[in-house]
Amino acid sequence: MATESAQERWRRLFHAAPIRPGKFDTMSGIPLAPVYGPSDAEFPGVYPYTRGVHSSMYRTKLWTMRMFAGFGTATDTNKRFREIIRSGGTGLSTAFDMPTLLGLDSDDPMSLGEVGRCGVAIDSLADVRDLFAGIDLSTITTSMTINSPAAVMLALFVAQAEESGVARERLGGTLQNDILKEYQAQKEFVFPPRQSMRLVRDTIAFTAAEMPKWNSISVSGYHIREAGSTAAEELAFTLANGFAYVELARQAGLGVDAVAPRLSFFFNAHIDFFEEIAKYRAARRIWAKWMREHYGATDERSWQLRFHTQTAGVSLTAQQPEINIARTAIEALAGVLGGTQSLHTNSMDEALALPSEKAARIALRTQQIIAHETNVTNVADPLGGSWFVEELTDEMEREAEVIFAQIAKMGEGSMLEGCVRGIEENWFQGRIADSAYALERSFNSGERVIVGVNAFLEGNDEDDMATLRITNEDERKQLSRLEKVRHDRDGERVTLALERLGREASDPDLNLMPALIDAAKAYATVGEMMTALVGVFGRHVEVPSL
Amino acid sequence: MSLRVLVAKVGLDGHDRGIKVVARLLRDAGMEVVYTGLFQTPETVASAAIQEDVDVVGLSMLSGAHMTLAPLVVEALRERGSDIPVVLGGIVPPRDLDELKALGVAAVFGPGASAHEIVSVITSIVAATP
Repeated sequence: MATESAQERWRRLFHAAPIRPGKFDTMSGIPLAPVYGPSDAEFPGVYPYTRGVHSSMYRTKLWTMRMFAGFGTATDTNKRFREIIRSGGTGLSTAFDMPTLLGLDSDDPMSLGEVGRCGVAIDSLADVRDLFAGIDLSTITTSMTINSPAAVMLALFVAQAEESGVARERLGGTLQNDILKEYQAQKEFVFPPRQSMRLVRDTIAFTAAEMPKWNSISVSGYHIREAGSTAAEELAFTLANGFAYVELARQAGLGVDAVAPRLSFFFNAHIDFFEEIAKYRAARRIWAKWMREHYGATDERSWQLRFHTQTAGVSLTAQQPEINIARTAIEALAGVLGGTQSLHTNSMDEALALPSEKAARIALRTQQIIAHETNVTNVADPLGGSWFVEELTDEMEREAEVIFAQIAKMGEGSMLEGCVRGIEENWFQGRIADSAYALERSFNSGERVIVGVNAFLEGNDEDDMATLRITNEDERKQLSRLEKVRHDRDGERVTLALERLGREASDPDLNLMPALIDAAKAYATVGEMMTALVGVFGRHVEVPSL
Repeated sequence: MSLRVLVAKVGLDGHDRGIKVVARLLRDAGMEVVYTGLFQTPETVASAAIQEDVDVVGLSMLSGAHMTLAPLVVEALRERGSDIPVVLGGIVPPRDLDELKALGVAAVFGPGASAHEIVSVITSIVAATP
């Protein structure tokens, strides 16, 4: 049989794909093909997937409108979740507060002033139950944006589902669980890097064996970009971290095809429209090539980079906050034209506070306008073949390959070792800080314009936006919830479960997930489980550098 | 003699882009800058400020804990008999500004504050401190 061309393969895949109801033509009635390009072009759904991972892209299914939310107590956030679903949101993503992200209970002295402030406070199984009350987790998938205590949160989620009669095999969702970028960029870490990677390994192995519908890691460039990197650095650091997790799983005896299909990605959509689109296209091509050629993956799903997008928080201004709606719309459009599988749009008030309900609704409506009014969903990779976009895509790939070579050198051929050493030697952190500084200088000099900040200031004095207010009252509510949990539970059972956890943590060959689930079901708190692990793993202290 | 500044992250907020950028901009303006690193308490910041003999403390807070933690830093300094002024940068809703000033925070820099503004405000605050 003659080798099938990319176009022939695309045609075969497209005709087998389910298509959602609707007319795929322009507003004036011009019929549109599902993709355009000469017969020797790349095609979507076909290796190396530059033009998209699916042959039919949004003609089969629109992206998931996954809004990131969380504040106050679990009950407060549950109300916001339900409002998002009522307004047409199709996925949920949980934002946790700082104490939860750092594995501290709400009554820890370090948590003072931080409880429920920039996410929801979760201390125990009781909070997880209230968080998802009345939400059908078999139809709405959930993403949990947590990293250092990711294994603990997964245990709580499994415990909650099993208590409510849902078997772990049926749970669909995503754990962010990308600890490498915490040391590089977001800085919400607890254990030292190598000890953290043991927990990541345990979650990968556990979900591979017992939770077939679960995405074990969302490899995240978003925070790397927010911390100040360039687009190429975001792309390269993120994919390098992805390679590191594949190598980690391989060390644990899991084949690349058992792991790679369960990794998803998460990128930023910044304001430089075409650069972002080129970044997404390059990401897909690089991942496909590396998985197939470097890591020997044979399952096509291992080659396909699926990603979530969030518009750039750092691009929002506190000045004239309403104009952030326009910024977010442009950024969201870049994500869609770049072929994202899921999207969060920021709210106009987020340079001031967590979003109000109204601001969050407008952000969701922005996605709905792109999805249902603009017709950009009709044709896959509409910018493919643009001389400019193709060249920019190639340039992104070239820059990323230069960075991969530097990381591989640090790791003496291993991306896993290169990523860990790069963190330990402050290489990633230094590069990100340098890029952030260079960009800031260009704003300060006026070389780059930010409307409302260094140009077009008329109207800046009119800012009077009603923002969400989280008070110390919310903190007090959470403290009394936690006190009740501690009072009502079987203390002996908690002690035994935590002792088991500490014991098993000392044996690097054991998988810690069963001990964590056991502790979660006993109502051990997040802080107690993390403390038991700190006792064995120790704490990471970043050497301050400017 | 050049101005000495302690830039500090108090509490659990790991966002360090702003503090690093501002620290470098202050250095460009000829100030000496000391950085505490992440996850400090009001007490460790006050002790470091006094030990380093700085002219001003700059806090960076983006997690919403500023109303609790910034005044505690001022309090910890005053309890130790120090007049070192405290300034704050980060995500701070406008409605919090008056209360922060009343609680002893000398200046607040919101998102988009320019290097020029930060340098000139800090310089005049230090000049006005006995």
